[in-house]
Amino acid sequence: MRKAAFPLLAIAGVLFMTAPLVIARARYESTMGLVQKIFYFHMPPAMLMLLSAIFCGIVSAMFLVKKRPALDWMAYAAAELTVLYGAMAMVTGPLWARKAWGVWWVWDARLTMSLLMWMVFVSYLLLRRYGGAGSEILAAGLALFGMATAPFVYLSVNIWRTIHPLTSVVPTLPVDFALALWYSFAGFLLMYIALMMLRMSVEQQRAMLDRLYLESDE
Amino acid sequence: MKIIHLSLFLLMNAALLAQPGQSEFQPVTEIPASEQLPSAPLVIAAYAFVWLAFVAYGWVMWRKLGQVEQDLNTLAAQLAKKRP
Repeated sequence: MRKAAFPLLAIAGVLFMTAPLVIARARYESTMGLVQKIFYFHMPPAMLMLLSAIFCGIVSAMFLVKKRPALDWMAYAAAELTVLYGAMAMVTGPLWARKAWGVWWVWDARLTMSLLMWMVFVSYLLLRRYGGAGSEILAAGLALFGMATAPFVYLSVNIWRTIHPLTSVVPTLPVDFALALWYSFAGFLLMYIALMMLRMSVEQQRAMLDRLYLESDE
Repeated sequence: MKIIHLSLFLLMNAALLAQPGQSEFQPVTEIPASEQLPSAPLVIAAYAFVWLAFVAYGWVMWRKLGQVEQDLNTLAAQLAKKRP
């Protein structure tokens, strides 16, 4: 698993290095100008944060039923990556908002719910870190709550009044905007898969280490 | 000398007191260019943060992996010594 992660990391690295060139070729947006280019580094981690939260929830549910350690490692890795990508979305968003809206943050439905979902996954990690034995079961339950918030976060801009761009923005993007966005998205996605593999291999090795410790005691 | 200083101080205060206080704030529809926030530092900060976050996370993973591998090797060596 670890060996397979390195080619993916290399491809993702190349995509990230070349993404600014592709983004620079995309035209400026009419009302926001240059600052709109943050969108290409904001939307992909935000979307992957939601997908990762859903993935973590599904894998956690499977772990609760089947009790396979590999499912738990996957859920743990997905939760960490949800927090990482969420942090990216929640730092790049206010940098864009400061120029576009004149404020760093507003307590509207999208931003508030995103922050709450992110905090659920931060609490997942804290529970895993300091919860002791059996915390993986409790954390799996918490991941289900985190997953349940994801559809609300996505649809919040369409349901409630908000100044955040609507979900209709992405499907209606002009070709050069869409090309830059999906190019950047591919980089974030490959990086996600590669980091997931690396994180899982750490857990796999730790499990092997624990087994060896037990064997050595016997 | 003291008299000169005192006179200057009084004159300065008189000049300050002579200025009328702002009685109201008036909004403008277009912000002057000198007051506008530049976009480039915000864009650079956003891209730099993403890069740094990936590098930091990758570095932490690398260290964790190295630590576990080191522990595994140490334990394997201990187990090999124990075996007859």
